[in-house]
Amino acid sequence: MIRLSDDETGMLAGASGPAAALSMRVILAAARIQGAGRLIPIASAHVDSCLYHGPSSLDFARALLSGGGRVRVPTTLNVGGLDRSRPDLFAGPASHGEAARQLMDSYVEMGCQPTFTCAPYQLPGRPAPGTDVAWAESNAIVFGNSMIGLRTSRYGDLIDICAAITGRVPYAGLHIPENRAARAIFTVEQDALSRVDEDLLPALLGHHIGRRTGTLIPALDGLQAIAVTEDWGKAFGAAAASSGGVAMFHILGATPEAPDLAAATQGKPPVLTERVSGADLMAAHRELTTGAPGARLGGVSIGTPHLSAQQLARLAAQLADRQVRVPTYATTSRFVIGSDPAAAQRLEAAGVTIIRDTCTYFQPDIIDPGAMVMTNSAKWAYYAPAMLGCTVILASQSDCIESAVSGEITLSGRHG
Amino acid sequence: MADGGLLMAGELILGQATSGPLLRLTEPVSFWGGVDEKTGQIIDQHHPQYKVCLAGTALLMGAARGSSSSSSTLLECVRLGTAPAMLLLTERDTILPVGVAAAWEIYGRGPSVLLLPGRLDTRDGEQIRVDKQGRIYKCSAIATDE
Repeated sequence: MIRLSDDETGMLAGASGPAAALSMRVILAAARIQGAGRLIPIASAHVDSCLYHGPSSLDFARALLSGGGRVRVPTTLNVGGLDRSRPDLFAGPASHGEAARQLMDSYVEMGCQPTFTCAPYQLPGRPAPGTDVAWAESNAIVFGNSMIGLRTSRYGDLIDICAAITGRVPYAGLHIPENRAARAIFTVEQDALSRVDEDLLPALLGHHIGRRTGTLIPALDGLQAIAVTEDWGKAFGAAAASSGGVAMFHILGATPEAPDLAAATQGKPPVLTERVSGADLMAAHRELTTGAPGARLGGVSIGTPHLSAQQLARLAAQLADRQVRVPTYATTSRFVIGSDPAAAQRLEAAGVTIIRDTCTYFQPDIIDPGAMVMTNSAKWAYYAPAMLGCTVILASQSDCIESAVSGEITLSGRHG
Repeated sequence: MADGGLLMAGELILGQATSGPLLRLTEPVSFWGGVDEKTGQIIDQHHPQYKVCLAGTALLMGAARGSSSSSSTLLECVRLGTAPAMLLLTERDTILPVGVAAAWEIYGRGPSVLLLPGRLDTRDGEQIRVDKQGRIYKCSAIATDE
């Protein structure tokens, strides 16, 4: 039995229009599945439904639009199917590109902001810790819960826009403070820290821990000497959310809900306790590397999830005034480019293709399917072989850039 | 009337009375990237039921794996007529039910979704029928819905 407020009952009855009523029915179906007793208001939403999956994506958006669908809370949009500023990069069927464009426009028409980024936490105006929000996109969910202390369950396509239109979500999952406790404790050994390039450490740790923990919330101990920056948390979370179902993590002494072990676990005994060794991270590296050094380098892909302003500037500084010799892609958002246009111009002058509004692995024609591609992203390494057909070498950003400049796979040795 | 025995009383969350052959997912599958919406087949080569067709089945499953874009993939399966006839859920995972809810809203059809209170002890291929109350029957012949 789900208790509804007068406002919610009104929406269900159609007082706010057919789209709000439709959205409320979808939210209530989810609430029944989750066993929620009530709905709660959200402060904002991040919507992934703007990525085209077929004609039904447009059918759903048009049903909402024709029913007067307008978002009730500030809503950002995840990546779409193409880079709106570079239509020339979309080499798929024209009808598919047109549908992807129409879908992105439909969500803007509903009042969503045309942010088109998988990293909404890099946009201005992010909510305060403890705020209930409805975020879709696995890396955004895990970052919001873990690094900011937002409260969001694992929302996905279709329900995300319903939450934005109604301003409501079921009171369930990670909205409930008791459900945010760490249930698995991973102690990272010193040898794991010393054997791995610091740029790759969060990606490899995230991949390993995602595999081991499944959907249990992990807490990491032993990282007190590491500077857990937002970019570190982003790489770790994206990797863990790809290899496992991780929607939240704690890093003892670093993340907002984990000043110490007792706070992270809320005093509950863990159901899993493990140590993480250097050998575990080497194995993670082997698992994510499907290409062999010595093969021809077909390209370099950096920026999954979207580069932050700091990462964009660092990339431009690493390239300095050199030219890349193989197709090199840097993926980020319109907002980040707008915040540092000089860095973006330097990258383009060096021959780097900047992709915004989308992700390279939704652009199957920009990378030769027979190629071997270098990336520093565990998430890209995880998905790209199946989506693009290419093989992958996971390497530090420095190795990726030096390889792009030399045109040959160049590994500095301590790559895991 | 059911012509087989009552197996269990589930909770019907979405849909209506329906039937289909039981198929137990031996491992979670991500519909996005793991199921071909044109055929309803599992295309994840790492999945033990690779190439098995989910269309029209009574799909017995735990939580969905992987991408939350699976809601969209299931919606596309309904549009193309390749969705399961029903989802029999043993875990409270919303990803696929959300796709089903959207399908009923915009196409007026889709799988039925049931929450099961416990283990369903039945073989793959066994014809399963659910009624409007969420009761699940095993039937030896095709049942007709009232």
